[in-house]
Amino acid sequence: MTESVISCHNVSKIFGPNPAQHLANLKADPSLTQAGYVHAVREVNLEIRRGEMLVVMGLSGSGKSTLVRCLSRLIEITGGTVTVEGRDIATLSEPDLIDLRRRKMGMVFQSFGLLPHRSVLENVAFPLEMRGQDRATRYSRAREMLELVGLKGREDYFPRELSGGQQQRVGIARSLAVEPDIWFLDEPFSALDPLIRREMQDEFLRLKGMMNKTIVFITHDFDEALRLADRIAIMKDGRIEQCDTPDKIVLHPATDYVAKFTSEIDRARVVHIGSLVRPLTAPPSGEPVPAHRTIRDLARQLISDPRVEIPVINAQGAVIGSVLRQAALDVLLGDAQ
Amino acid sequence: MERDARFAGTAKLLLALAVGLMVFKAILPQGMIRPPEWLVLPFADWINVVFSFLQNDLGLMAVTRAFSAVVEWLLNVTANLLYGKSRWPNLGPIPWSVIAVTAFMAGYALKGWRLGLISGGTFVWIALMGQWKWAMETLSVIVVAAPFSVILGLVLAVLAWRSPRFERVLNPILSIAQSLPHFAYMIPVVVFIGVGPKAGAIVTIIFSVPPMIRMTLLGLKKVPEEVIEAAKMSGATRWQLLTRARIPTARSEILIGVNQVIMQCLAMVVLASFIGMPGLGQKLLQLLQSLKIGLSVEIGITIILLAVTLDRLTKAWALRQPMHEAASPSWITRNRLLLIWLTLCAIGFGLAHVFPYFLEVERRQALSVAGPVDALMDHLIRLITPVTLWLRWFLITWVLIPMRDAYLWLPFTAVLVLLAALGWAIGGLRSALICVAYFGLIAASGWWDRAMITVYMVCISVLIAAILAIPLALWGARNPERAGRILLICDTAQTFPSFIYLIPVIMLFGVNDVAVVAAVVVFAAVPLVRYTIEGLRNVPPEMIEAANMSGATQAQLLWHVRLPLALPTMLVGANQSVMFSLFMVIIAAFIGTQDLGQEMQRALSSTDVGKGLVLGFAVAFMGLLTDHLITRWSETRKRALGI
Repeated sequence: MTESVISCHNVSKIFGPNPAQHLANLKADPSLTQAGYVHAVREVNLEIRRGEMLVVMGLSGSGKSTLVRCLSRLIEITGGTVTVEGRDIATLSEPDLIDLRRRKMGMVFQSFGLLPHRSVLENVAFPLEMRGQDRATRYSRAREMLELVGLKGREDYFPRELSGGQQQRVGIARSLAVEPDIWFLDEPFSALDPLIRREMQDEFLRLKGMMNKTIVFITHDFDEALRLADRIAIMKDGRIEQCDTPDKIVLHPATDYVAKFTSEIDRARVVHIGSLVRPLTAPPSGEPVPAHRTIRDLARQLISDPRVEIPVINAQGAVIGSVLRQAALDVLLGDAQ
Repeated sequence: MERDARFAGTAKLLLALAVGLMVFKAILPQGMIRPPEWLVLPFADWINVVFSFLQNDLGLMAVTRAFSAVVEWLLNVTANLLYGKSRWPNLGPIPWSVIAVTAFMAGYALKGWRLGLISGGTFVWIALMGQWKWAMETLSVIVVAAPFSVILGLVLAVLAWRSPRFERVLNPILSIAQSLPHFAYMIPVVVFIGVGPKAGAIVTIIFSVPPMIRMTLLGLKKVPEEVIEAAKMSGATRWQLLTRARIPTARSEILIGVNQVIMQCLAMVVLASFIGMPGLGQKLLQLLQSLKIGLSVEIGITIILLAVTLDRLTKAWALRQPMHEAASPSWITRNRLLLIWLTLCAIGFGLAHVFPYFLEVERRQALSVAGPVDALMDHLIRLITPVTLWLRWFLITWVLIPMRDAYLWLPFTAVLVLLAALGWAIGGLRSALICVAYFGLIAASGWWDRAMITVYMVCISVLIAAILAIPLALWGARNPERAGRILLICDTAQTFPSFIYLIPVIMLFGVNDVAVVAAVVVFAAVPLVRYTIEGLRNVPPEMIEAANMSGATQAQLLWHVRLPLALPTMLVGANQSVMFSLFMVIIAAFIGTQDLGQEMQRALSSTDVGKGLVLGFAVAFMGLLTDHLITRWSETRKRALGI
């Protein structure tokens, strides 16, 4: 297991006139509800590993945006601890926190959060300007970033002159300008039209493939989560209901709430052969299937294959076990569990 | 609903009590008809004690003297540059031709040809009419006062935004400040600074700060949270956050604040002629007092042109959205406007050097339209005199005097109970108490009769204004193009300094109550028309469609859908209308009324701070009372409609 970059221990966030007092009252009586207080995040424990992409999924009001703001200390947490690379961020002084954000973190926002009076180029260069880099360096870096997100030639435009998708590209370029290790994306594509959203997801996967970053991605769209995530954390009423790989969430939902989400999903598109692997009972026979393909990818073969047990190989070509054809067909036809 | 019913019950009871007090006036003791001696408190003396303490014992005089020295020095610099007063830096005067082309280029750069022509043309008119010196005296004060107000407003707004406690203290002060009549500001300034341009500048600064604070605060609060979060995540420090994210993002609101500051400055600087401020205002005052209509029309046109120019220029600046320019490597194409401006200025200086006409238009070379205007006016007045005479007679005999007598007849206790009933009907106990407190204080100030005359003037004017304005607005709103045109006229009319409205009414009615009422009616009708049209225009189209599909006739549509939905917006207009008329009634005092305004003028000429401020607060309380009631009512209506 790789080291964790961000870890949350019992993180709670309460909005209200006196949150600390309310949290103490809650300890005594967990079922307490009091007018004027909103318990946005409740006792969240989470480890985010280096280089992984964690998608936090939940409906609106489930506390996911609040959680991501706790991780970057855009809002102060009420209880628990958040550590980033081993340092408790609640204890950081203001200069240290600013320094952490300047060097380590980037964030993309749902409504883009672009500065309306600055050109695209100046917006992307903004974090570099905050660090005090000179004009020539920051503009050349900003141009590079704009080229990366496909906005070359639009450097002198102003945000309001761009479409939503283009504005979010600017937001992405800005968040990447400082080469952050940790990349937060707060519903980056929710404000976009479905077609543009799809295009931006592809773009995002391309960028993600080019760099090795720890990513926390917030969305309310389960399909988007399944498409992008290494792991998904599903939130409801400020709690994390389940945090696992997409395969496990689909195959083994921890709660009824999670099960309800997964019920409408075409599981064959999500579940990989690898997650159905079991130890071999007999020596492998015939053509093996690769573990990283989804069941849907291999549907044709699975239906026509005469074998009861099909050997599975990993990316290096070594046999790691086998999959029962019947189990795979159950997933494909929606009969699993 | 149940709450509302209870409100109505108590309100009716109070109303009955008020009527009872009126009916049995004959048997009421004198102390219930007019505030008795023991109730009248010597507020004026108290204020005078405080002021003399501030002035003499606390040494505040030294501070204000120092501040006014700075202002005076700046005024001298601008005076030298604009009209050649012989003070440092001794460079001026800048030729009028150069200022005119500069104004033209500013207008062109901000909006285009039309604005360029309006602003350039204004200065050409001023120069050719031989009013250059007066206009520049006025402008030199604005040039100094406006930046002071803007900076002061920005700093105070940022402080208020940082500290909610400071905002809570500041808010009521701003409300009172914005409802104090102009003259109430002048008296303390005369005490501390004296009279003249310096005092004019300082009273202008003080008067124009509140809207800047309000607009900046609004802008800072409206900055989207995500923009701030994005800047924080970019590692901005607090200072960077304020100067590079918050203030630039609030740019439009802040610049609207600048626009309001400049318009308030112009309005005040014209009025500051009452405390010896030279310039257009003083000239206008003299000409009006000697009834030289033609010449005062000339000055009036200049003031209107200046108002329109300053308003349009700053508004264009505020509303200008950033636009990318086609990439062009050449320095000359990128800076072509700058180059054209510099060339035109050089030509201007050159011409002024060779032909003094382009430096300053001498009085004897100046054009004048006074002769023709006077002739035209004589003709016109002769033509309509029968009408105006009849109107004057009718209004005075059958409306104004009976109304005034009725207001003065009312026992003060009945007025208080009546207001309590009104307050209770609109906002329950709290509003009733607020109403009684405001008017109770007016009663305790000892100026009850004068205050009732002011109230009567405002009431009758707003009533006449509404009778004229609402049908006009209904007619205007029926056609979008017509509505647009009427709104444009209203917007323009609102930028005129209030003083201007006195010219035509004096022309038509002479110097008396009817003229005052006429001026106030026009001034008060503008916001009513404007907000009624806006309210009607902003009724959601799907509601009108739904009503049409339910088979509503035009009249039903108006009464059951459009007017109720427009009412909250119309109330905003009514609120402004009352405010405007209060200000106007006070200003109009110098053409002869017997209300608070007249007393305020007396306080001004005898520099009686205590009396002046007591009178000012009495006017402010009337404004605040109306504001409270109308805001409460409009909020309730909005909640009921779910807007």
